Amino acid sequence: MERSIFELWGHGKSPEELYSSLKNYPVEKMVPFLHSGSTYKIKIHTFNKTLTQEEKVKRIDALEFLPFEGKVNLKNPQHIFSVLEDYGLDPNCIPENPHNIYFGRWIADGQRELIESYSVKKRHFIGNTSMDAGLSFIMANHGKVKENDIVFDPFVGTGGLLVASAHFGAYVCGTDIDYNTVHGLGKASRKNQKWRGPDENIRANLRQYGLEKYYLDVLVSDASKPSWRKGTYFDAIITDPPYGIRESTRRTGSQKETPKGIEKCPESHVPVSLSYHLSDMFFDLLNFAAETLILGGRLVYWLPVYTPEYTEDMVPWHPCLKLISNCEQKLSSHTSRRLITMEKVKKFENRDQYSHLLSGQCLPYQGHNSFRERYFSGLTKRIAKEEKSVQE
Amino acid sequence: MKLLTHNFLSSHVKGVGPRGFPLRLQASEVRIMPVEFNPDFVARMIPKVEWAALVEAANTLSLGEVPTEPIQGYEQNEDFLRTMHHILLEVEVMEGTLQCPESGRVFPITRGIPNMLLSDEQTEA
Repeated sequence: MERSIFELWGHGKSPEELYSSLKNYPVEKMVPFLHSGSTYKIKIHTFNKTLTQEEKVKRIDALEFLPFEGKVNLKNPQHIFSVLEDYGLDPNCIPENPHNIYFGRWIADGQRELIESYSVKKRHFIGNTSMDAGLSFIMANHGKVKENDIVFDPFVGTGGLLVASAHFGAYVCGTDIDYNTVHGLGKASRKNQKWRGPDENIRANLRQYGLEKYYLDVLVSDASKPSWRKGTYFDAIITDPPYGIRESTRRTGSQKETPKGIEKCPESHVPVSLSYHLSDMFFDLLNFAAETLILGGRLVYWLPVYTPEYTEDMVPWHPCLKLISNCEQKLSSHTSRRLITMEKVKKFENRDQYSHLLSGQCLPYQGHNSFRERYFSGLTKRIAKEEKSVQE
Repeated sequence: MKLLTHNFLSSHVKGVGPRGFPLRLQASEVRIMPVEFNPDFVARMIPKVEWAALVEAANTLSLGEVPTEPIQGYEQNEDFLRTMHHILLEVEVMEGTLQCPESGRVFPITRGIPNMLLSDEQTEA
């Protein structure tokens, strides 16, 4: 996870290589930050090595050939430039010379600044499971979200992941099965607040950050029954599917099912309570991604796992998608979730072709259908024990 | 709902398949929401659009002159891109319906949000 973001101006495996790389960087791109009215300073960062002050000064002096015309200001410069020297990863074996040297213009302390300004605490519209701001940016990063992309979230909730993608210049859309959440109605998730106000919906969240122009649409829809015509539209699908713990896992069911809880969905009397096996959901998600992502597009999602039983081959797979990364985040002593990133590498042929993937052999994740039970297993065992002792 | 989105939506009623597109649009309330013009994004969307469906929807909303197909060299044609930008991104259906052309099933649009939910029996196997 990056701590800072730099605009790279040059790179080399030796100082000489770095300097010629810098000489090749277009001057017009440098000038806005080096002109006579500006202030700057240069910092040296070394990874896995400590330099003396003298050594650092020598390196800064060597950069004299760059067209710096501004004034040096060590306390509060407008622009900060950094030399980054990489001495490898082994603290017991530090080389004389760096493996790589980079020179760049500092842009932001990536995570910290973004996290602060996008903090969920300040966001207008939140839900019980709103994604931590830092994580939403990591997900957008994994999805390689960039300007003019279209990013889709099939379990959009309050839209946190859309905000992060819009920040990177992508146009965003999402669906959710919950009518109230999509419309911004119903009980508030914020402490001390009873009902959601009129300014609480996904669009308002984007507006809060000046990102409303990236809002395409949100729809009330069942992710297992997508209503998109055949084609590839999305550059990235970034989502946090329900795990069946805090928000329940649902999909639309038959008329025979009686819905639990209040579903304020006036014009559609569709019962929404059929329990949705997690394995089915991930199969649907992967299939949907394989079909609607452009070639090279990415799917980024969280996969809940019961840690004692987890093995790598439980991660759902699909012939059209290549696994790029799989990172763990602990949730509790026996559960965690894994951030899965996949990239579409093969054209999707037709929907029926992949139905065999739902079989037990192909989808070892089947065992995780009872994720909800396992998550609560510690708790329920204790309650059962207590009830038993009370009866005795 | 924007017309760009409408252009990608299809009915998923059981048995309907590709005949579920395009959804017939009916609007009782429309608003124009200005959006900053981004020619690169619009140019990117042009090849994804099903043109006949877009023209039909735009005509339903009486949006005036709509190009019947993308013109040659549209990537550099600012007038064309601005027109398409307006049609695809600035016109929002706030209240209305989307109707499956094959089954007749109606999906309502409320406060700008389409509701595509169907019960199990009605959807594709």
